[in-house]
Amino acid sequence: MEVNILSTGVANVASVVAAFKRLNCKTKLISDAHAVTESPFLVLPGVGSFQSGMASLVDKGLVDALRVRISDGRPTLAICLGLQLLAEASEESPGVRGLGCIASTLTAFPNTVASPQFGWNWLSNENAPVLGDGGYVYYANSYRMTECPDGWGSGWTEYGGPFVGCLQKGAVVACQFHPELSGEYGSTILANWLNDERRATC
Amino acid sequence: MLTSRVIPCLDVRNGRVVKGVQFQGLRDAGCPVEAAARYASEGADELVMLDVSATLEERGATEDTIERIRAVLDIPLTVGGGVKSVSDARRLLNAGADKVAVNSAAVLNPKLVTELQCAFGRQCTVVAVDAVGRDGWWEVVTRSGTTATGLDVIRWLNEVESLGAGEILLTSWDRDGTRDGYDGPLLAAASEATLLPIIASGGADSATHMADALLAGASAVLAASIFHDGDATVRQVKTDLSEKGITVRLC
Repeated sequence: MEVNILSTGVANVASVVAAFKRLNCKTKLISDAHAVTESPFLVLPGVGSFQSGMASLVDKGLVDALRVRISDGRPTLAICLGLQLLAEASEESPGVRGLGCIASTLTAFPNTVASPQFGWNWLSNENAPVLGDGGYVYYANSYRMTECPDGWGSGWTEYGGPFVGCLQKGAVVACQFHPELSGEYGSTILANWLNDERRATC
Repeated sequence: MLTSRVIPCLDVRNGRVVKGVQFQGLRDAGCPVEAAARYASEGADELVMLDVSATLEERGATEDTIERIRAVLDIPLTVGGGVKSVSDARRLLNAGADKVAVNSAAVLNPKLVTELQCAFGRQCTVVAVDAVGRDGWWEVVTRSGTTATGLDVIRWLNEVESLGAGEILLTSWDRDGTRDGYDGPLLAAASEATLLPIIASGGADSATHMADALLAGASAVLAASIFHDGDATVRQVKTDLSEKGITVRLC
């Protein structure tokens, strides 16, 4: 299995690479539109701000290739900021347009909880096949989605109210947490994403 | 809700785990890669690796050690020790660290905290603070406890929070290696002063000590010797914490 990881130079991808190597995948770092289109499995990782994440996709001319790939439902895994970039906008960077693949806008956690959310929290599976029975996953985020967009399966976590931990539509999976750092359960989610049957229905 | 985290710490020198009281009289405590894999399989929530190399030659082994740990480790890895610049941090992150801890260099140059936050994000930027109790206050010490700075720990925590730190690794230099328990009053004062998650460090000998630290306000507890010596396993400690009513990730 060959997994390509979009590396725009900002995010640290060593942990993502290591996680897929443990699943016996070949991994390659890519950063051009052709590879975005052609990759059998593509990971969109990301840390940093919504604005800087979008700016690097725009700079490298990847916006259209990503939109097409995702609307075609080709195997794509977005992690953390990667999930957020699929949305239309974020409170973090007013005026900056996201990829718009998901009809949603991100908002900050309420001030009743410490932000960023750092650490392990419970993810319960509503109807996203890759998540199996649910489990503890590792989060590091300040912004979150509070409604499930139409047409997506979801998993949910509680932190200052319920928020979307994971979205799935067929082979397109977006995780607000870090599956590559979420122990055995995280590794199971990655393996499920790579497996046609496990991610089949949603 | 977020769980309380249990974090084993590996002090690494020249590719080997070492241990000693207050970094004096270091003894070999095994292979860091084997230890990392064992702790993760026992349910450790994260791992901290502190590079305690004494020379540049020894420090040269650090990236290789990180790469070998990363290959087997499926939980977050924080690396600290001798980080002086954004480029030092980048090397550690590229080798496979998820977060970088800065200590002495941040005291000398507080702007480094902001530079790290801008380059890698708040979630990557851990500030390690070594504290020594004085009469009614705690002083920041650096360079492995050898240098008093005159800085008040609480004021320093407030400053690094506003500079862009994402987490605090707070070590009681009075308790480190003693196994007398964490410094509860220090943790209570620190968690009162900042919203940042605090990792309690220095003095752990039991799940009871860990529960006390978490109840005092710490988000996570770090320990080295009780795990290295095999006196307790991570799994046992987390089971004990759970029985004391603390929410932990059991696996």
